[in-house]
This record gives sequence, C-alpha cells and structure tokens, in this order.
Amino acid sequence: MADRLRVRFAKVGKIRFTSHRDVARMWERALRRSGLPVARSQGFNPRPLVAFGLALPTGCESLAEYLDVTLATPVDRPTAVPPWGDSYPDLGTLGLALSEFLPEGIDVGALAMVGSDASSLQQEVTSCSWELEVLGVTAAELVRRVELLLDAPTVSVRRERKGRHFDDDLRPSVRSLALFEPPEGSTASGSSSGFLRAELATRPRGVRPRELVEVLGTDVVLARARRTQQWIDCDGARFEPLSADDLGRAVSAPHAMERAS
Amino acid sequence: MVSLWPSIEPLLDGVAKPARYIGGEQGATVPLHGDDQVAWLLIYPDTYEIGLPNQGLQILYELLNERPDALAERTYAPWIDMESAMRAAGVPLFSVENHLAAGDFDVMAFNLSAELVYTNVLNLIDLAGVPVRGADRTSSHPVVLAGGHCTFNPEPLADFVDAFVLGDGEEVVGEINDVLAGWLATEPELRERAALLEGLASVEGVYVPSLYRVDFEGQVLTGISPKTPAAPAQVVKRTISDLAEWPYPKNQLVPLTEVVHDRLNVEVFRGCTRGCRFCQAGMITRPVRERPAAQVRSMIRAGLERTGYDEVALTSLSTADFSSIEDTVRAVVGGECGDQQVSVSLPSLRVDAFTVATATQIAHARRTGLTFAPEGGTWRMRRVINKLITEEDLYSAVDAAFSNGWRRVKLYFLIGLPTERDEDVLGIAELARRCVEIGRRHHRGPTIVASVGGFVPKPQTPFQWFGQDTAAELRRKVNLLKDACRPVRGLSLRWHDPEATVVEGLASRGDRRMGAVIERVWRAGGTFQEWSECFDLSKWEAALEAEGLSLESVTYRDREPDEVLAWDHLSAGLHRDFLWSDWQDALAAVAVEDCRWTPCYDCGACTDAGIEHVVASNVPPAGGSQGTGQDLAVGDRVPVRFVTAAGVR
Repeated sequence: MADRLRVRFAKVGKIRFTSHRDVARMWERALRRSGLPVARSQGFNPRPLVAFGLALPTGCESLAEYLDVTLATPVDRPTAVPPWGDSYPDLGTLGLALSEFLPEGIDVGALAMVGSDASSLQQEVTSCSWELEVLGVTAAELVRRVELLLDAPTVSVRRERKGRHFDDDLRPSVRSLALFEPPEGSTASGSSSGFLRAELATRPRGVRPRELVEVLGTDVVLARARRTQQWIDCDGARFEPLSADDLGRAVSAPHAMERAS
Repeated sequence: MVSLWPSIEPLLDGVAKPARYIGGEQGATVPLHGDDQVAWLLIYPDTYEIGLPNQGLQILYELLNERPDALAERTYAPWIDMESAMRAAGVPLFSVENHLAAGDFDVMAFNLSAELVYTNVLNLIDLAGVPVRGADRTSSHPVVLAGGHCTFNPEPLADFVDAFVLGDGEEVVGEINDVLAGWLATEPELRERAALLEGLASVEGVYVPSLYRVDFEGQVLTGISPKTPAAPAQVVKRTISDLAEWPYPKNQLVPLTEVVHDRLNVEVFRGCTRGCRFCQAGMITRPVRERPAAQVRSMIRAGLERTGYDEVALTSLSTADFSSIEDTVRAVVGGECGDQQVSVSLPSLRVDAFTVATATQIAHARRTGLTFAPEGGTWRMRRVINKLITEEDLYSAVDAAFSNGWRRVKLYFLIGLPTERDEDVLGIAELARRCVEIGRRHHRGPTIVASVGGFVPKPQTPFQWFGQDTAAELRRKVNLLKDACRPVRGLSLRWHDPEATVVEGLASRGDRRMGAVIERVWRAGGTFQEWSECFDLSKWEAALEAEGLSLESVTYRDREPDEVLAWDHLSAGLHRDFLWSDWQDALAAVAVEDCRWTPCYDCGACTDAGIEHVVASNVPPAGGSQGTGQDLAVGDRVPVRFVTAAGVR
C-alpha cells in the first residue's frame, strides 16, 4: 500500500455550520487544486482515496480534525506536479498551500507522512475532548448538575432508531466533565455563560455534545461546542493521531507519535 | 448598516442545512458599502441549493461588483423552518455576504425562472419588512425589480414588482444602475418614487407595470396601454449580439455546501432555433449566439484550475448543436484544459447516434445516466410540436447507448399537447417498450425510465392560444400510461403532479387579476409551491373563487384569434403573425426546419433587432437529424432491423 499523508486541521467560525460531507467535498477540490497525486479507487466510479476520521456534528467547531490522503507516488520522489514546478514542496509549505486552497475557517495545523501500517482514523480514535459553552443556569447550579451526573451510576436517554425506542446509558462514555474559566475574549455569548470541558468516549456509544447538555437539564442550552482533541488509547497510554506541532515530520505510525501530556 | 449575524447565529443550531445561510462561497465578493454605490440585493426566490448555481444571477453579481458605482450581495428563500425562526426572533431577510437586512439595500432584484415561485416573491418582500404591493412603497423603500424568463408575462406579479427586465441582462443592468445612481444622488427628502419609475421605463427592455392601464369588459381583457408618454406602447426584450464580449461568470461561485449542478458551468451558446413549439426558452432567446470555441476552452481551463471541480457542464439549449462541440469535448477529455481527469456533462442532448458516441467519450470517468427528450409519443405528435426526432433517430441513439455500456436511459415526454389523441399518449409507452427491447440485446437488465410532464402553454410561443388540459384529463392520460407500462419489465414510468401543472398554467398565462389570487395563496401560507410537500391546490382554488376567477377562464379555454393577450404589450422579438402561422402549421402537423442553417422565416427576432445568428459552422452538425435535411414524410417508418427478433441487427 502506498504512502499516506495525514493532515490535522481546524474548522472554526461560520464554516462550522457546514456538514461533514461538505468538508469532504472542500478537501477533494482543494487536493485537486494542489496538484498532489492522490491515488484513486479502482472500478466503475473511481474516487480519490481520502479517509476522514470521526464525523464532527454540524454546528460544532474543532481544532483537531483529521484526514488521511493516499498518494499515488511517494512524496519524497520528485515528479512534475503543478503548481509546484518539477518537485514536491516540503510538508511545511504544503500545509500552508493547502490552507490557501481551503475556505476561510478551515486551516491545516499539522501534517505528516504515516506508514502503510497505520490503521484507520475512524477505528483508532477512542475519545474526544470538548469545550462547551452553555447558557441557562448559574455557575453554582451548573456545578451541582455536573456532580449529579458524575455521581449517577447510569444516565439513561431514550433514542429512536429505525422506528423503535432504545434506552441508552451515556454514563460510561462520559470520561470526565468539569467547569473551567475560559481565557479573556474567547467567549461567544458573554458573561452569562458557563464553560465545560468534557472527554467523551466513542465506545461503547459515541456521545454528542448536545446529548450531554440535554442530560444536564432541559433548561441548559448549548451555545457553542468545540472539539479540542481526538485521542487514541493504546496499552494504557493516550496519543493524538497527529499532535498540533507535528508539522512536516514524517512518522512511521501514529503509535510512534509524540506522547500526549 | 449593521450585520445581523449575531442574531442569525443562534437560530442556525435549530434549522436544517444551516450552511445555506452563512455565505462564504469561493468567488463571492463581500462588498464595502459606501454612499456612492447603488446597493443591489440579488434574490433567487427558492432555496439556496436550487438558486446558488443560477448562472444569470451570478453574471449580474459579477458585472455589478465590477462597477465602481454599484455593489451586489445575494440572498435566497430561507426554508420554512428558518423563516419561522427569523420571524419569531424579529430577524428580517438578510444577505449572505455581509448579513445585512434586505431593507438596507437600494434594490431588491428577483430572478424569475419558474412560475411556482411567485408566492415566495411576495413572502420575501414581506420578510424584508417592505410592503408587498408596489403602490404602498415610498421612496425610502428599496425598488423591487425582476428579470428572467417569466418576465415575458409578468402580469401576475405586476402589483408587487416595480419594474421587470426583458431579455439578456448584461447590458441593461448597467443602464438601470445609471438611472438608480442618478435618482439616489438627489437629497433623500426630494426623491420621488414616480420619477424613478419613469426613469426606469425610459430604459429599453424595462417594463414598469404601474405606468400602464389595463382594461376589461366584463371578464374579457380588452387592452393594456401606457398611462404616460414616459412608457413605451410596447416593451421589447434586450439581446446581446455577441456572447464573446461577455465571458461571465469569470469567478463562478463554489458553494461550501451541496447544491444542484455542483460543477463548473460554461455557457457555450445562447438561443436556440430548433423551433420546438412548446418551448418558451427556444422562442424568447433567439437568435443563436455561439461563444468562440477558443474562449470556451480558456474559460474551462481557468475555471477548473480556480475551482478544483472535476466536472464541467457545457450549458445551452441543445448543447450538441454547438458548432465546435466535438473539438471542445476532445480538448477537455484529452487534457488540453487542465491536468486532471475531468468529466463533461451535456445537460441537453440531441437524439442521434453521433451524440451518444460523444456522450460515451466524455463519460469515461463517471457514467450515470443518459436522457433523451422525444417529447411526443408519435411522429404525428412530434410534427405538431416541431420536435423532429424520427423513431429511427431514437432507436439508433438508444441502441448506441446500450451498446456503449449504458444500462439506464431516461426518456422525457409531454402529455396534454395540442391535437393530442389517446394513440399519441399510448405511443409513449410503445416507444419506451421498444427501447427496453433494444436494451435487452445488450444487457440482461436494461432500464428505461419514461418521465412524463404535463404541458403548460407559455406566453410568446405558438401554443400561447392553446387551452391547457384539465387536471382530470391529465390524470386520465397518466392512468392510460400506467396501464400500458405496467406489464413491461424494465420500464419505469414517472409523472409530474397534474395539479401542480394546472397551477403553473395559472401563473404562466394569467393577467393582472392573478395578482390578488397569488396574494391570497401567500397570505394563506402557500409558499414553496414548487415543492411537492408544500404544494396545495385547495389554496389556489379557494383564492380563485374569492376573486371570481376560474381555472376554466385562465387556463383551460382556447384563446380567440383576435383576443388581447395579457403580454401583447411585451415582445420577445417574435411577430404575433409569425406565432399565429406557426400555430396553424402545428394544428396541421406541418414541420419547419431550423433557420440557423436554412432560410429565414421572418419571426422577427433578428431582423427587428438588427442582429443575426452567430454560428461558427453554416452546416448542421454531424448526424444532421431533427428537421435539417431529412425526409420529414417518413419519420414514423421503423427500420426492420429493430422490429425483428433479438439477435438480428
């Protein structure tokens, strides 16, 4: 299997109202404009081999989105690719150039080559960290609700799938939940807001930020949600698929990547 | 002017497809507003995903933003969920670039591409906080303009729109801007709306309905005449003579979210003279003006490089008639217009084997479906409508398609055409059945989709005098087809809602009295009537009854030869006596050839405007079918090889 380019990018601002599929289309167009030799699937309707990680709910921001691009020829082998002349740019230049080809609010933060043994983003990611801005209750009340949730043995929500009702327990997927003070000037809605930091597991069942806020009470309103990290658990340690400072470093597999603090 | 974004943002978490409302498209201009510029809000009165790709709106958007004395932003109809959220929060209609209130603009300019959006036009004016009736507006309100194909009978919207623009917009939009800039240069308290309207009426191709008197005797329209010398007795459409001078859009908008026709679109020619009598677009956009092939190629190259699209559509009516179609397709597929694999789509194909070969060549990357439009089920019917596709044309095209690996072919037909008999309707099922048989020679499970629409007579066409089929009659014909198609494996029938067809007829040929009907339907909540989940015939019936009008009087009856038509004071360049004689030819099933390659019929489109066809080749394209040089007497003769048993070809 050919080389894969792993890209970490942010999705912030108005563009957060686009869907996961919309972002996939933006990337397909940006990659074509970049001239990178993206490998294509075989068969009747060949598609570029681009794999995205966990879908980000429409309306949420993220500082840690990922995609893997399979290349038809390795990046270190010079080849004529416009607009680069007769050789590839280094990965740092490539990252800046890709951001240019992407709409405002989608920015490449890091990119690196990953070996063919790296498994898929979708399968590997075990949890995500979120920052949530909520409205509707006082800070003291919010603290109380968070404690209630964390102390509860189960947190049941009723969901409809294919016309049938299911009772899901969200509690096992809430790994951590706490209030925090945001830095000055970074808030969307001003002084009445409360700010939560949560780590939500993808298994046994993924929890959306909106679902978490719903179980805090019907009077709590989610104003803004931002994914800050995606995590891979492996043998008791925790890694990011690509950390924010992995610009241009070639790594053989995500497991070899920098250990998160 | 203040951005409404802080009030819009909280609404977006609760609505479907919020990306419709954020703007941010590649190619968009976010203009700075100043006192020296006329501020235009260009409005497509349907959802974002339908409206964004509209090329006419994008052309005007660029032309206005290039001018130092103008700026343009865009908006679309918010879907029902967003509209109610906006109304509940007190947020008016807003632009997608700067998120400014529509009422902050000098002009609200609507694109009218389809009749069923008329109630949306009223709703959007209202959502902007502007009085819906022109008579109730003051000089502090935006002026409401409309352009697009529906303006060739704008009477149903005459009470709501201040001025309509007929024909190509490229030149006239600047002239209108000059009038507006002059008016806005006067002190606000000295501005008189009447003066502005008269100024607009002095621009060629601009129709200001409030300057005309409409006379009735009882229920009969007897005349429409100017109230003032400032208004011309007849308004004639604008026509640009050379498409090469207008290489727009130069920066086609690339949306952030999925829209229809999400690809690069390059217009290869404007106008069509195939002479299909049911087709309003082919009548009102004459003559044919081709874009030079070299310019087409350079627009494709630049567009692909800029957008990153992997598909380009060559747009026009009947694209395969473009003189340089073969060379253009070869250039794109052969990599002359960019380094990456690109597929080409031809939105409207002629029916012949040559065209299929071209389609196959261009579809190597992505083979979805082929659509042919024979329109009529029998050769007699097709002579009546002047869609001169012989059965041999169709069968050889279908054979070519299936033998080139296509597995699904869609055929488009109309029912409710003039002189139509049941045998013509059943002919649709028979044609489609034979196409399935042809497919079986090549594949195990070929599919033919027969899609059937109800015919709506359109203004400024030879069929403008024809009494439209009733909804009941259309339904009966659909049922005939259902019975005939059911036993045929591999044939699937689809049809358009006959009731929506009838309402489209109301708006298509209605006169000024239809305005009150549209207003009633809108006030009863009847928006998005072109969406089947929203369409509601009962609202229209109730409104007609309240206004003392009937479907019979507006749509179902044949017009009298000397009757005043609601659009007689507006001209698409076609002489009324040309249309009448073409109507008589239709009734006698007499066909006419394409005047692009044969002598002139003096329809008026070229001669009166002092322009002519701009066509690179003076001979018909390869294939030569559809009324150019073929023996029209033998069109229904089916070649033997297609009726014998499978295997003999």
